[in-house]
Amino acid sequence: MNAAAALEVVELRIELDDGDHEDIVDEVSFRVAAGEILGLVGESGSGKTTVGLAVLGHTRRGARIRRGEVRIEGRDILALTALERQRLRGKLVSYVPQDPASALNPAMRVGKQLEEALTEHGFGASDAERRERIVETLGEVLLPVGDAFLRSYPHQLSGGQQQRVALAMAFANRPRVIVLDEPTTGLDVTTQAHVLETVRDLCGAHGVAAVYVSHDLAVVATLADRVAVLYGGRLAEVGPTGTLFRAAAHPYTRRLVEAIPELSGEHALVGIPGTAPRPGHRPQGCFFAPRCTYARPDCLSAEPPLAEVSAEHRARCFYWADVILEAAAARPEATPRPEIEVDDALVGVRELNAWYGRRQVLFDIDLVVRPRECLALVGESGSGKTTLARCIGGLHTRYDGELTFKGQPLAAGSQARDAAARREIQYVFQSPYNSLNPRKTIGQIVAQPLRLFFSAAGTEGRRRVSDALERVQLSSTVINRYPHQLSGGERQRVAIARALAAEPQLLVCDEVTSALDVSVQAAIIDVLAELQRELHIGLLFVTHNLALIRTIAQEVAVMSEGRIVERGIVDSVLDDPQADYTRRLLADTPSLEAALAASA
Amino acid sequence: MRGLTGFVVRRLLLGLVTLLVASVVIFATTQALPGDAARSILGRSATPESLAELRRQLGLDKSVVAQYREWITGFVTGDLGMSLANRLPVTEVMGERLLYSVFLMLIAAVISIPFGIALGAVSARRRDGPFDQVTSILTLGFAALPEFVVGISLAVLFSTTVWNVLPSVIVTEPGVGPWHYPKELILPITTLVIAVVPYTARIMRASTVEILESDFVEMARLKGLSESRVLWRHAVPNALAPSFQVAAINLAYLAGGIVVVEAVFNYPGIGLLLVDSVRVRDMPVVQAVALLIAALYVGLNLLADVATILVSPRLRTSLE
Amino acid sequence: MSQAVVDTAEVGRGATRSRPWRILFAAAWGQHRTKVGVAITLALVLIALIGPFVTPYPPDQGVENQLPFAKPSADAWLGTDTIGRDVLSRFLAGGLSVLILAGLSTAIGVSLGVAVGLVAAYSRGKLDDLLMRGMDVILSFPQIVFALVLAATVGPALWLLVLAVALTTTPRAARVARGAAVEIVERDFVRAAEAIGLPRRRILFSEVLPNITSPLVVETTLRLTFNIAVVAGLSFLGFGLQPPAADWGLMINENKNGLTIQPWPVVMPIIAIGLLTIGTSLIGDGLNRAAIGIERGRRGSE
Repeated sequence: MNAAAALEVVELRIELDDGDHEDIVDEVSFRVAAGEILGLVGESGSGKTTVGLAVLGHTRRGARIRRGEVRIEGRDILALTALERQRLRGKLVSYVPQDPASALNPAMRVGKQLEEALTEHGFGASDAERRERIVETLGEVLLPVGDAFLRSYPHQLSGGQQQRVALAMAFANRPRVIVLDEPTTGLDVTTQAHVLETVRDLCGAHGVAAVYVSHDLAVVATLADRVAVLYGGRLAEVGPTGTLFRAAAHPYTRRLVEAIPELSGEHALVGIPGTAPRPGHRPQGCFFAPRCTYARPDCLSAEPPLAEVSAEHRARCFYWADVILEAAAARPEATPRPEIEVDDALVGVRELNAWYGRRQVLFDIDLVVRPRECLALVGESGSGKTTLARCIGGLHTRYDGELTFKGQPLAAGSQARDAAARREIQYVFQSPYNSLNPRKTIGQIVAQPLRLFFSAAGTEGRRRVSDALERVQLSSTVINRYPHQLSGGERQRVAIARALAAEPQLLVCDEVTSALDVSVQAAIIDVLAELQRELHIGLLFVTHNLALIRTIAQEVAVMSEGRIVERGIVDSVLDDPQADYTRRLLADTPSLEAALAASA
Repeated sequence: MRGLTGFVVRRLLLGLVTLLVASVVIFATTQALPGDAARSILGRSATPESLAELRRQLGLDKSVVAQYREWITGFVTGDLGMSLANRLPVTEVMGERLLYSVFLMLIAAVISIPFGIALGAVSARRRDGPFDQVTSILTLGFAALPEFVVGISLAVLFSTTVWNVLPSVIVTEPGVGPWHYPKELILPITTLVIAVVPYTARIMRASTVEILESDFVEMARLKGLSESRVLWRHAVPNALAPSFQVAAINLAYLAGGIVVVEAVFNYPGIGLLLVDSVRVRDMPVVQAVALLIAALYVGLNLLADVATILVSPRLRTSLE
Repeated sequence: MSQAVVDTAEVGRGATRSRPWRILFAAAWGQHRTKVGVAITLALVLIALIGPFVTPYPPDQGVENQLPFAKPSADAWLGTDTIGRDVLSRFLAGGLSVLILAGLSTAIGVSLGVAVGLVAAYSRGKLDDLLMRGMDVILSFPQIVFALVLAATVGPALWLLVLAVALTTTPRAARVARGAAVEIVERDFVRAAEAIGLPRRRILFSEVLPNITSPLVVETTLRLTFNIAVVAGLSFLGFGLQPPAADWGLMINENKNGLTIQPWPVVMPIIAIGLLTIGTSLIGDGLNRAAIGIERGRRGSE
């Protein structure tokens, strides 16, 4: 073990501040050396953001740090008074928030907010010195240095710029430790790549120990030197990046890696059934046991300790040796996708232009979706892919151009379409938290298209509802439940079941996995792929994640700024991209395999 | 017209249109009498000739639209017509009483606005603590009470039954300003303050809590800024906008409250004038007072909206 | 979770007792203030409803052997009023009118307001503007002033009072309904209903309305509290029930002058009206905090 780590977290326990004092996280320990980046990985409910905040000695309302130490350069900041801690924040240890738009004061100019970070911590003997440091920091994060920029308000900057301002504020005082909470969420891939590069350079140049909190393993693999995986508020595994991802010792990490979509599409995407336990609902014994394929009876009764796999690598599992052994065995290969049949088009789009208010968002779109095939529509936010999907789905009417369905012209907007067209094209929305009526039961929600299109009620209706739910692998016990009682993944399945109940010929899926955890995403993709195969329906799959499409689509259309820049068979486009944009997109998308290959 | 001035002008126009429509509503309801003004003044025994004569005098023989036009132009030029009750110009009848009411409202506002804002802000700052819990119950209780309940309770307590220290009825001489009767003003002012403060304090508390729990305030703390800086440089500037709204709501509430409060204490303001005029169906006065109060309401809302825009850089720059 | 807000995170996460109505009311009932509020309101409602049937004397007749403004005695427990009637009897009989008038005008006003707010929120664009500007016109008057202006036309009439208070309640309720509905109308499940071609009216009533019941319930109790004050205030000013009817507001008006000698005919209705408004206000606040707590719990489970 080398010199004292810049950051050392010891046996951290944070619990809820109510009567039950249930833990959010417990027994969390890790260390980060100066200049090193530790990826703190976990899905929703893992407690990773809570741990990130605790490194600054801060908790959100309703939570309290109960036990543990957070040592920065040897000093335990949890043992300090609130005033002393306040002095250290922003100076010794900094934070970069997830959503810079809401984290910057909307009523204060950007320059002032930067200045404040310096003056409050007594930096510099004069204004000129401070100005110099600001200029220096802004340069490091590649932001313009002029007065105009400093005098602007946060809302006048783009998302990427706001995030860089947050980075500048965090690095201004040259802290020893920095916590970054998913700072690239919501940024487009290219900006994300730049921001990550900036982070890496800054940490290296100033010898800062960084904790990078994220749910995106591909990003973490590209950036971090070591990774700590959190599950259910406990440390499941911690170790060097390459080792962890190539030869994981904890079943959860293994399964997580298998759930990450790959650009190469070699392996099948495997999800993890069930959901992660939330505070207060954690089972006896090992938290992961209920979902674990390696689980033995004793896993359910006793919580495993953090076992040492090697000097730098620890895993909280009784049977880690078996897990490593099996890791050597091959991963299941991807099932080949069905061949495309060259048939008449199911959906035809010709010379489509669309507007939002006065702004034109789609330019001269030509597209064909064939029956029984999956066409992936790929692009970043602002590319127009969602607008195109909504035009086809009947949710957007401000367009001109031609839309045909099964050879017949398709009216603009679902209100203008006939019942057959409305039934045969079904739309599944991105957010499962938004697309189900909170006041209706699952049964009522899925029955809605049945009542409308088939006048099916009573026993016949109930049977069909059960059938639809079975198709998406949900038991009929959910029929009388309300959406808030289901997890995100389950809710998305309900949304798909609702669409299926109408017996459509085309399913438009609008970023249906973007709001879900990685492990759940894989399961949903699985369901969709299987449905497409069994029911022979057409699928229009909209996504920003290039890596997903190989598992599910036959053809792909790449969009940028309202235009289709490239289209063709998935394998051709991904292996041999023709358009510049596609090449750039492929290059900038963080990829787990690429990162591992680079580090090998 | 673009920009900030454009916004203000547009908002002003909107306010004027609203006021205009309100005036039409006032006029339509009061002029669309099932009864007849002339008859109710002259009584049942009036001769048809005298009725016709009075109608002509009052301008009731013209078309409704013409009457309205006359009325509204008169309003703008300062001629509010003649009071039916005592044949004096309405402006004369209203003049002194308006002074009395404005004085009452102003004193009540000067006390209640800062008090309400401060109470709300402090409650938010110390939320869930003992101060907040007690204040919350008290404001809830007092905000619920109707003004006349508060007023009469105060009268019972301090004027008539329990103690006898303050007068509850004011007897004034014409031409004397309200500031000559300080003792008589205490109860009406207290009533107004008690009626308004709890309401505005609750609104202020809610807005302030929202800001204190916002992401950027949390971020300011994570930057290591001192509590006072977080409060004064980050929280408060963002709380200005809601507090302007609160002040406007406060004043508007007072404008409605004076009607009842003046009736309770027999205070000679325009609220009591309105009530008396309604009783005797003195239409010109009713119309004038109602329109005046509506103008006050609309004006206050306009001020609040413009002030809010001025204070939020985000809204300000989105206009430029 | 903090004590100040009901912790329904548990409920939001997956209680088996899941019907949204029951959750809201159960959460509201779980608080002290709601229980106190219900107790107070119930007590006064009972007095108002049953009172007229248990008066010791007919409310509009004088008491024998008693002078006006007589102090409480064995014959008249609360003394007599300005023309010698038994105060207790008039008090017992006087609550019903306030209750009915306030309740009716609130019910009508909120119903109209919800309809306007829903249509405005869903239509957006021009219709939304038109409707809300119309509401603004009514809102440019304090409730009492509007009612007085109407009363100037036909004189004090009960139907007019209800109409006036209902009309002034409408825009206030419409604002709240629209505010809540605007957020719902943007949600994907409404889009989904549109996509399969559900008619507009069905969408409004079956998809949107059930999702704004929480703020509506809270607003209704708030409006009721205010309207009780307005109705009683109008009666106090002489524009409600007319003499010789028994009405709390009227009682206060009639007996104001005798406060120094005989305070009871004023004090009793004052206490009753005050308690009634406090009671409804407590219930409304309890519901409000319950709704906030549930919302927080739901968000926590996402």
